[in-house]
Amino acid sequence: MHPLRNHKSYVAAFGHRVSGIALILFLPFHFWLLGSALGGADELDSLLKYSELPLIKLAEWGLVMFLGLHLLFGIRILFLEFTDWPSFKSKEADKRAGHLVNLVVPATIFVLIIGFIFLIQAW
Amino acid sequence: MERYLFLAQRLTAMVLGPLVLIHLGLILYAVEGGLTASKILSRTRGSVGWGAFYGLFVIMAAIHGPIGLRNVLNEWTSLPKTATLIITLGLGLLLLILGARSVVAVVGLGG
Amino acid sequence: MSLDESISHQSLLKVKVWRGKEDGQWMNYEVPARENQTVLDVVSEIQRKLEPGLAYRYACRVGVCGSCAMTVNGKPRWTCRTHVKKVSGTGELTIEPLRNLPRIKDLVCDLAPFIDTWQKAGAPFSGIQTRHQEPAKVDPGSKARKAADAGLQCINCAVCYSACDVVSWDKDYIGPAGLNRAWTLINDARHGKRAETFNKAFGEGGCGSCHSQGNCTRHCPIGLSPSESITGLKKSALFGLPKV
Ligand code: SF4
Ligand code: SF4
Ligand code: FES
Repeated sequence: MHPLRNHKSYVAAFGHRVSGIALILFLPFHFWLLGSALGGADELDSLLKYSELPLIKLAEWGLVMFLGLHLLFGIRILFLEFTDWPSFKSKEADKRAGHLVNLVVPATIFVLIIGFIFLIQAW
Repeated sequence: MERYLFLAQRLTAMVLGPLVLIHLGLILYAVEGGLTASKILSRTRGSVGWGAFYGLFVIMAAIHGPIGLRNVLNEWTSLPKTATLIITLGLGLLLLILGARSVVAVVGLGG
Repeated sequence: MSLDESISHQSLLKVKVWRGKEDGQWMNYEVPARENQTVLDVVSEIQRKLEPGLAYRYACRVGVCGSCAMTVNGKPRWTCRTHVKKVSGTGELTIEPLRNLPRIKDLVCDLAPFIDTWQKAGAPFSGIQTRHQEPAKVDPGSKARKAADAGLQCINCAVCYSACDVVSWDKDYIGPAGLNRAWTLINDARHGKRAETFNKAFGEGGCGSCHSQGNCTRHCPIGLSPSESITGLKKSALFGLPKV
């Protein structure tokens, strides 16, 4: 990897961005699908049938995971930008960013594991 | 303008945080119970609470997402900044309309 | 035993140096590895003994002037205070000009775009008092003064500017050093144009573009934290100018 990019904060910032892009592309379709419930439960049901297709199911679960990831990485940003926690002197700003990633990454893995358990169950 | 876009994005993020958590919880709950349209709709139809919840969600997301996409486009494409601003506004409007439509569909008008 | 003989027993450093402008080429050199040797020493040795035409910049050699920054093994560094041992475990060095700035020749790049960001950030100091007035009383323990003090020692080496990805993506971005400077002025009671500086630091290409991933802080050779200053700016987005 590029010598300027092989650190945790970069990975977190990148993950935040990629998950965000995925979400914004998906959101119009998601709303469209739900909006189709206008025609009543039947129409929504027939649309939801598509969501039984394995590939679509996987994609949907991917997006739910992206939502979780984006939330976690977003919390990291908000903590960095708007709090003084954990306290630090300016030289330690990097460490502080690292601390936050250290919290966010296990949480992320946890979310992914829970997510996949549910995915397998729901299959 | 940048200052207010920045603010809008961070403030909506703070609102979206808890909303997303609840939404994710709901998804898990719905999947556990078997996801059928009539089941979902029977719970949500006519509920002022869910209407307010998802109404707020839609508005916040329609502000938060497009501003983020604008940053991505400004940094990762060579589109001129007026173009990215127009895309941002258009996308925000589209999300508002589609989102409002879906909230109306899922919650129903006036119960 | 002459100096040259003693050197011949030592191991050699393999050094790759960028020569030319944007469309230049890598050249390979070998210089003796010494016990105590900075990257700038290596560049000087190449220029003096092997490649008299090699262009590079330095002045103070002791980390004060900020003119010797280059990209060493992929990372921006002040070369006069960077020991070879610290950056080259393999006995190999790759030296090229700073990233994000137009190249002039070999290791020298044009700093104008970096210097220009001072103006963009509204960062020249503007005094309000005349010499006949009492000096302003500034409480060294106040929050604002501490925030200003934390960012003051910048030597304008452009290392952070070169380390920042947003600078390389968005040509309008002011970048870490300019925003850091703006933050010190915004917190300085003696600065006459605090509001103007504030607005510029929040304008197009201002602090809102920063990703807070801290490459600037990670690389600043004198341990400043531009990302922390930018965070200070961001925190004042809601309520405006901080109290001084
Ligand atoms: S923290 Fe901001 S200014 Fe510093 S390198 Fe990252 S994007 Fe650039
Ligand atoms: S903030 Fe640090 S890295 Fe950036 S120009 Fe100043 S001294 Fe150099
Ligand atoms: S030569 Fe002056 S800082 Fe390196």
